[in-house]
Amino acid sequence: MTHQDRNAADHLPESGKPGKAVDPFADPGLPAHEPRRQDIDELAARHSERVVTMFFLLAVVAAFAFIACYVLIPKSKVVFIFPWGHVMAQNFGLGGTLGIALLCIGVAAIHWARTLMSDVELPAERHPIEAPPAVRQQVFDDFRQGAYESGIGRRKMLRNAMLGALTIVPLSAIVLFRDLGPLPERKLESTAWANGKRLINMNNDQPLRPEDIAVGSLTFAKPEGVQESDANFQEVMAKAALMIVRIMPNNIKDKQSADWGHQGILAYSKICTHVGCPISLYEQQTHHVLCPCHQSTFDLADGGRVIFGPAGHPLPQLRIAVNGQGYLSALGDFDKPVGPGYWERSA
Amino acid sequence: MEYLSARRRHPLAALVALLIALAATGGLYAALAPTQRAQANPAQSLAIDQGKRLYDVGCASCHGPSGQGSHNGPSLVGVGAAAVDFQMGTGRMPAQQPGAQVPKKRPVYPQPQIDQIAAYVASLGPGPAIPNPSQYTPGDMANGGQLFRTNCAQCHNFAGSGGALSEGKFAPELRGVSPKHIYEAMLTGPQNMPSFPDTTMPEPQKRDIIAYVTSATDPATFPSYGGLSLGWLGPVPEGLFGWIFGLGVLIAASIWIAARTAKARKK
Repeated sequence: MTHQDRNAADHLPESGKPGKAVDPFADPGLPAHEPRRQDIDELAARHSERVVTMFFLLAVVAAFAFIACYVLIPKSKVVFIFPWGHVMAQNFGLGGTLGIALLCIGVAAIHWARTLMSDVELPAERHPIEAPPAVRQQVFDDFRQGAYESGIGRRKMLRNAMLGALTIVPLSAIVLFRDLGPLPERKLESTAWANGKRLINMNNDQPLRPEDIAVGSLTFAKPEGVQESDANFQEVMAKAALMIVRIMPNNIKDKQSADWGHQGILAYSKICTHVGCPISLYEQQTHHVLCPCHQSTFDLADGGRVIFGPAGHPLPQLRIAVNGQGYLSALGDFDKPVGPGYWERSA
Repeated sequence: MEYLSARRRHPLAALVALLIALAATGGLYAALAPTQRAQANPAQSLAIDQGKRLYDVGCASCHGPSGQGSHNGPSLVGVGAAAVDFQMGTGRMPAQQPGAQVPKKRPVYPQPQIDQIAAYVASLGPGPAIPNPSQYTPGDMANGGQLFRTNCAQCHNFAGSGGALSEGKFAPELRGVSPKHIYEAMLTGPQNMPSFPDTTMPEPQKRDIIAYVTSATDPATFPSYGGLSLGWLGPVPEGLFGWIFGLGVLIAASIWIAARTAKARKK
């Protein structure tokens, strides 16, 4: 035996004698159960019990403190607490005490489970999922006999009638979906704008004149006749919201867009054509409008064209003109449905 | 000279050369940069004259020798004194470098010189004047909040914390902006901000908005109700904080609990 051979033999297990097959990766089985201090020392167990009890009691105390914070601290009191800064004292007290109460319950439960509840390992050995062959055979035989006795294989008409009944009866519940709400009909295609309706400034409820709108300014408008006190104001404005910008006419790239405005005053829908977020993040030098939800960007100098982002349609533009009294007014509704696309949308 | 050339390969030679170069640049800048001395004069024509001189030194390279603009900067004809007061009073102008947006910084010019340049720029063409204090004293805060949410919050955030715009541009934070500068910004529409002229947003409404903004951005009048405001930036940083720190602490606590054995015999 050379020196090298002896070295190699040193790495074999003790029992690894030649001629006897030994699995080097044998399953070591479960380790012997190790007791905890609390299992063998009654004093330690009682100490754990006291700790758990103390945490539960702390939770109760914190709950009373929560009630005290609610009752005693004035609502508007502001205090400085490092590192949070100026905070509302009552809010801070309520959150802090409730947090402590919940934490104490959690700590008590975990400490109880780890030190006092049984920790004996109980292995559940795996077994084959498949049933024994005799049981399987029995089940198949029973099924075949049942199928034969019911006559489902021989009496085709009966079988088909049953399948039909079992399909149609549950499907009848589909009509209940009708109760989910009225059909939108053509409401998505039209807004409160109509021919002759003046553009009313959202800020002061006054009809807008072209000389009010300066180049580079941004104004929000609503249709004439819509009042903030109306019961359906939000519903109406969700489609009719309008933003008015003024761009130097020689900067407007889209001929039709310029024609639909008045001396560079352009009126666009405020509703993003992607998923309908209100957009009015207007950059007056680039004439871009950015949607804060998904960064769709529209070029108001180019007919509301989408220049970035997921929006699928240009921003609808409202045709406006100056009426006989010198006010800006709409020449009709938006030519396309405002807001996001939907199944029945024509274009 | 021989003394110097003999030591040109000394390990510290490069450092010395660098220090000399820096001192020379700094000295030249200090000598040539616009003077900080105030030169106030009540006479309007003299103010325009002084403003023209300051303009020629500090502004003309970008805005053109007579304010007509160049490819580096827009025309100043008709922007008015209010625009100059805002841009220079918030330190945005003179700009340090071209870019998507000129950020605010410490004002370079003292207020009297800004007033002189404003007087000169106002003489180039009619434009909004610097407002007097009665025009920007805070008004009705509640109405201002409603107007702010209609006209301003889309870019400047519900709490005036600012927000991102396209291609590197951003709406700045409104905390600490003086009422005068808020008024001037609404009136003139600096950089990419649209303007809100008195014809569409009358002056009392501007004062209401100023009342809301100054109150909402002041921690003393508008404390952070929940404690940690996370910059008042809304659900994105709040969610990020919750997922990273909230869940992180929970995971760390679970690992800490499970890593410590409850057995009597420690291994």
